[in-house]
Amino acid sequence: MIVRIMGEGQVRLADGHFAELDRLDDELLAEMETGDDTGFRRTLLALLGRVRELGEPLPDDSLEPSELILPAPDASLEDVRSLLTEDGLIPPA
Amino acid sequence: MSGVMKRMGMIFRAKANKALDRAEDPRETLDYSYQKQLELLQKVRRGVADVATSRKRLELQLNQLQGQSAKLEDQGRKALALGREDLAREALSRRAALQQQVTDLETQHQTLQGEEEKLTLAAQRLQAKVDAFRTKKETIKATYTAAQAQTRIAESFSGISEEMSDVGVAIQRAEDKTAQLQARAGAIDELLASGALDDRSGLAKDDIQAELDRLSGGTDVELELQRMKAELAGGTTPQQAIEGADGTQQDQGQGRPEARPRFDKQ
Repeated sequence: MIVRIMGEGQVRLADGHFAELDRLDDELLAEMETGDDTGFRRTLLALLGRVRELGEPLPDDSLEPSELILPAPDASLEDVRSLLTEDGLIPPA
Repeated sequence: MSGVMKRMGMIFRAKANKALDRAEDPRETLDYSYQKQLELLQKVRRGVADVATSRKRLELQLNQLQGQSAKLEDQGRKALALGREDLAREALSRRAALQQQVTDLETQHQTLQGEEEKLTLAAQRLQAKVDAFRTKKETIKATYTAAQAQTRIAESFSGISEEMSDVGVAIQRAEDKTAQLQARAGAIDELLASGALDDRSGLAKDDIQAELDRLSGGTDVELELQRMKAELAGGTTPQQAIEGADGTQQDQGQGRPEARPRFDKQ
């Protein structure tokens, strides 16, 4: 599966890793929803770290659709919250 | 529960799909329509073939009936020649019945022939329309593909498409950081220039230090000048002149008893 870390690029991850990543991802969402800023930052960095460790980076010139997308490491809780609103990142056409 | 990365991915995809309008590809619709037209044309052609087959069957029946009719007419003529008027009458009455069938079949044949001509014409017209549609379809498809490529390129540049918007965000972040650093560098320069911030690098001097340096440099020059003047006037050694100039070393030397015995021994 292709995963993009925003601002860093894409990595290819084997399906076997998703159980662990899903757990961190769900934890991240829960922290975002409860507004736990410290927990959010810790989990985001942990999740990004694992994705970088387990994933194989795709070349910069390849452009494949990402099945999963992760916020940039310096994204704040508010940034991510705004990314997940109805309009998302791309302005409505 | 759906995590952050899944939800972000879904939002990206939904937006990308909306931007590219993948839900209904006009090329697929055109191909489907063309396929339907071909099927219709095939049905019409099959209808023409069915009518033509019926017409031929009627023609065969007509030929048979006409053959039988001619035979009966011949039999009637022979019966009359043999003086058998009764037989001739029978033959002619049978022939009359056959003639009625022939007339009916001829009417049917004409109807079928008319039907067949109409269907053939319809098939030809439909064929022409399908051919024209195929040409138009290919043109539309080519135009659409080109337009789609153009749209994709435009979307990529404006950061609408899924992947490029990400790159756009990254570039924006880099630009923001650069601007922030430039602003910070500018502010630091201003603070250093005003003296509000110490320069730890030692490369720059503030104005007070510069003045002190200038003053101390001037003092050294004055001292040097005095020493030279004393040297020329009194013939003293430079060391004595210097020591005499401040008056400290000389006084200390005279007040020290341990310094004298060295001169007495000479």
